[in-house]
Amino acid sequence: MVDILNAIIPAALFFSAPLIFTALGGVFSERSGVVNIGLEGLMVMGAFVGIVFNLTFAETLGPWTPWLSMLVAMVVSGLFAIIHAIATVSLRADHVVSGIAINFLALGLGVFLTKQWYEKGQTDMISKPFYTKTIPLLSDIPVIGTIFFKGVYLTSYIAIILAFVAWYVLYKTPFGLRLRAVGEHPMAADTNGINVYRMRYIAVIISGMLGGLGGSVFAMTIALNFSATTIAGQGFMALAAVIFGKWHPLGAMGAALFFGFAQSLSVISSGVPILADVPQVYLSIAPYVLTVLALAGFIGRAEAPKALGDPYIKGTR
Amino acid sequence: MISNRLFNIIVPFASVFIGLIAGAIIMLIYGYSPIEGYKALWNGAFGDAYFFGETIRQVTPYIFTGLAVAFAFRAGLFNIGAEGQVFAGWLAAVWIGTSFDLPIFIHLPLAVIVAALAGAVIAFIPGLLKARLGVHEVIVTIMFNYIVLYSANSIIRNVLTDSADKTEKIAPTASLQSEWLQGLTDYSRMHYGIVLALLAVFVMWFIMEKTTIGYEIRSVGYNRHASEYAGMKVSKNIILAMVISGAFAGLAGSMEGLGTFGNMSIQSGFTNLGFDGIAVALLGANRAIGVVFAAILFGALKVGALNMPTDAGVPSELVDVIIAFIIFFVASSYLIRLIILRFQKGEK
Repeated sequence: MVDILNAIIPAALFFSAPLIFTALGGVFSERSGVVNIGLEGLMVMGAFVGIVFNLTFAETLGPWTPWLSMLVAMVVSGLFAIIHAIATVSLRADHVVSGIAINFLALGLGVFLTKQWYEKGQTDMISKPFYTKTIPLLSDIPVIGTIFFKGVYLTSYIAIILAFVAWYVLYKTPFGLRLRAVGEHPMAADTNGINVYRMRYIAVIISGMLGGLGGSVFAMTIALNFSATTIAGQGFMALAAVIFGKWHPLGAMGAALFFGFAQSLSVISSGVPILADVPQVYLSIAPYVLTVLALAGFIGRAEAPKALGDPYIKGTR
Repeated sequence: MISNRLFNIIVPFASVFIGLIAGAIIMLIYGYSPIEGYKALWNGAFGDAYFFGETIRQVTPYIFTGLAVAFAFRAGLFNIGAEGQVFAGWLAAVWIGTSFDLPIFIHLPLAVIVAALAGAVIAFIPGLLKARLGVHEVIVTIMFNYIVLYSANSIIRNVLTDSADKTEKIAPTASLQSEWLQGLTDYSRMHYGIVLALLAVFVMWFIMEKTTIGYEIRSVGYNRHASEYAGMKVSKNIILAMVISGAFAGLAGSMEGLGTFGNMSIQSGFTNLGFDGIAVALLGANRAIGVVFAAILFGALKVGALNMPTDAGVPSELVDVIIAFIIFFVASSYLIRLIILRFQKGEK
């Protein structure tokens, strides 16, 4: 039993980390009332920037390379998300359409620049990826220590900690209250002196930063290079996690952990006796089926923020 | 004040124009000549008979997915699931095409109809959830895209073949491929599907503009509550709109299965026919005839792009960037409205 957990849990954490980051980004954006189908594109941007920065500065920065690549990817994706904010908040574009355009744009630009700079369809493998760490002291705890703290990626723990930070920010600070108010009833929020447009811009930029973080972590732990197919659906899976987690940071984290677990199962299932006979396709589609069931109300009711997807136009009722 | 009708015509043209300008600027930044780039693009789309045939081949499924998205849009629904419905139609068409031995006048129509049904079935569930439970169709259709993608791969691997990566070729009696059209276009993959696509355009126009069904669907799209009050069955219309939309998308899949490829292989990701269909529908203002023009534009861009690396050295992904910009500006038509208003004020 311990052996099985030893195989499953680190793998689940490993696959969940990018999903958690990106899903948290989705929570911020959607809580403020902006639908973000563009999470996929933001992850693509993050993966692209992370890999390019890593390849370019691996020599000079040494062991700090992946961490700095991650930060740079975060900043660039945050800036990139401003396009989505301008379109949806200021120009009243349909949020879903703008998100799709973000996905097209990120992938188009990423692959265009890859071909431009590396003269081929994918980059080289990075030489400085994230490595697994064994956390001192904690890993000495019997049973739990080896399962949770031996051979894990620090990024997985950062993701989980960040989920709690996001929960605190959204539910325990005035900023979070305002952000949620803007997503539930922008006119009431505006009447109370909250700048709806500014809050939504900030939320979308945060979602871009977190999406970029997710993409770069995916690229630097799982993919290790960038090509057109590096990010293939993880953004949409993160979106599913946002909804399955009922637009709550901790819920989204739980959902992302579960989806990561499902993904890892399809990778390691051959080594686990009970799962070896389950056809892989059931594990692959599980996250999506569960999300549909959650939306249909079979697994608790998923209630979206009230003003989700509506542009706010001052002076209308 | 500029009329709404004129504005609706200006927006797509202005968006395409801005998109192409953006592409030109990117080419300039990276030291390419935009004129050479666009010349390569044009030649790659219409330069000779082969490229022309390939462009028509690409336009065919775009018309279907464009119609699919546009049809749902008119009912106020956003069918992002065209992607998955295309897969369902493709798989169903190939399934029928490979597993029966029938005369052509039964086999081919059967394969096409089953493909439409497969797309319709996949779209039915989001439609039902939307109509009965008010679940947002965007999320459900996205989820279904992945469910269908993985299921289709599994079916190809385990049901249609014995762990192979692609199915057998369909029987000639189910094929849309035409030696005559191929000969005419220097052996491109152009097939008879374009005839079906144009027929579908007429069908969409006829349903929308000339039948009670279309009237009710449009009415529901404009105002759900007023339609309800007027005695229309809103949920029936929502489901119907999704089902017809799915059928169009399924037909797009049959074009790939019966026409372009003649089989189906395991797919690691999406074909993007469905997502591109959204762009086609938007640019075509969700009108049947608009979809035709938009499909021609996007088909030409996509096929022409393949010629850009060889003729002008420009990576073909530039076209994806251009398409993204076009979608942005169509979606942000408010910006174009503001600019027009500014100009009119200037004239006074």
